[in-house]
Amino acid sequence: MMFEVSNMSFALPEMFMLVMACVMLLVLAIRGEKGTNSIYVLSQLSLIATALIIYQSISSGGGLSFDGTYIKDTLSNVLKLAICLINVFVLLYASSYLKARSLFKGEFYVLALFSTLGMMIMASAYHFLILYLGLELMSLCLYAMVAMQRDSAVATEAAMKYFILGALASGMLLYGMSIIYGVTGSLAIADIAQVLQTQQIDKTVLSFGLVFLLIGIGFKLGAVPFHMWLPDVYHGAPTAMTLFIATAPKIAAFAMAIRLLVDGFGDSQAYWQDMAIMLSVLSMIIGNVVAIAQTNLKRMLAYSTISHVGFILLGVLSGTAQGYSAAMFYVLVYSLMSLGGFGMIILMSRQGFEADNIDDFKGLSQRSPWFALMMLILMFSMAGIPPLAGFYAKFAVINSVVEVGLVPIAIIAVVMSVIGAFYYLRLIKVMYFDKPSDQNALQAPKDMQIAISVNALLVLALGISPGALMAICTITFS
Amino acid sequence: MIALSDCLILGALLFSLSVAGIFINRKNIIILLMCIELMLLAVNLNFIAFSHFSGDIAGQVFVFFILTVAAAEAAIGLAILVVLFRNLSTINVSELDRLKG
Repeated sequence: MMFEVSNMSFALPEMFMLVMACVMLLVLAIRGEKGTNSIYVLSQLSLIATALIIYQSISSGGGLSFDGTYIKDTLSNVLKLAICLINVFVLLYASSYLKARSLFKGEFYVLALFSTLGMMIMASAYHFLILYLGLELMSLCLYAMVAMQRDSAVATEAAMKYFILGALASGMLLYGMSIIYGVTGSLAIADIAQVLQTQQIDKTVLSFGLVFLLIGIGFKLGAVPFHMWLPDVYHGAPTAMTLFIATAPKIAAFAMAIRLLVDGFGDSQAYWQDMAIMLSVLSMIIGNVVAIAQTNLKRMLAYSTISHVGFILLGVLSGTAQGYSAAMFYVLVYSLMSLGGFGMIILMSRQGFEADNIDDFKGLSQRSPWFALMMLILMFSMAGIPPLAGFYAKFAVINSVVEVGLVPIAIIAVVMSVIGAFYYLRLIKVMYFDKPSDQNALQAPKDMQIAISVNALLVLALGISPGALMAICTITFS
Repeated sequence: MIALSDCLILGALLFSLSVAGIFINRKNIIILLMCIELMLLAVNLNFIAFSHFSGDIAGQVFVFFILTVAAAEAAIGLAILVVLFRNLSTINVSELDRLKG
């Protein structure tokens, strides 16, 4: 019997992350509550070190490993790098929030690291089993994280809703996978793509399976009509956990969508394009229209996330390399923007006070002109106003659907982004033209203030020169 | 002799039952957790049927992983349920209405 030794180095970042997470568990077990600060430092160091390992390994080539179940390519490298770097910021923002609320516990960082590991596995998975395990590793950590604030009724309710709908989504995804396994006789994405190309298979059963796959992806991304969990979870979870859920997991869900729909079923695009169009259009409409009615900022940003998901799907459904790279650009920019948006809520909050209502931002320009400007940049970017990153992201995805002749959908997208601009502008109006109801100065720590500024200026810089990131996204799908 | 279609029909029935249970049930969260388990078992049945009739072992290996993950999932779900009961003193689904809008 012959054994082929797999190229273990392809999974080096994941292995490192796993070892570090286990080390942190040990530190937690030995030092207990006293070790929380060292666990925080350790988690940041391991994220940065993992990012360095990924960066180092970019030049060493890629391909399939572990018997064709694991892939290292430009997509996985870039997305994993983005996941690690975004999470460095997330943990930094989160720690100042958690410290003010006696939630600063080592478990949060261990869960965060395991969840990041799950996301990285999703970005590299090339086999249904690996994809499922990565997805569950990510999701189970997130459910536990939302429920961490044990004495809060809304947080536990949010955790329960997240758990039930997340498990339902996994079940749907698995059912789709089982049908596709039955049709194609394989679980490896590369083999499935090959079978679809070379053999005649029953298309009805195939599209039956694809429906369930798409429902699973829709749930995880938060696309309408599978978005019910998203506003409740974003609203109910402690803001630090909302921040975590709203950023990197979306990149991982995008990776899952690309691996399944493009790498696996790129040639059967005709069977899923109509469904994706429906998800995308509904998400853009419901997300933007319902967001207008919100008074809670976390809920408003949740509906804004739903509309952004619609735009990301717009790029995916176009079925061209240009569209995929536009969607990838969009998801990276989106996670940077929502990082800044929820970061600002944390910045404005302090002990015993949650700045999660739109009214809490009243007169921010008088209390802190600099951070009002940062929020202005982030909101303008989400609304898609040039010269900010959000504008190029929207422009690229809309351009990609126009190129394939789906002009009506492009028109809906443009109209919806105009409607969406209303609620972002309303927040800016509240910040600049209303009297502050709260005269207290901002109390956030210095490192967090600097990080938020870097975050918002990065959005501005990406808007002024989107070329470099766009080039990376274009190379990924060429 | 059991045919492939028999297994698939049973799997689809169990799956539909569990989805219906999740959406119709307004009383008890524990029933929701049971429905989720049933859903995963329906998927397992599908995998085993396909695996058996195509002579490919990979589907059966997948089932072991799903069973393991389902156990972990149930553990987390019940833990959240305990915390929820402590806060709300109820496990009635229709009383989970603090978050809406």
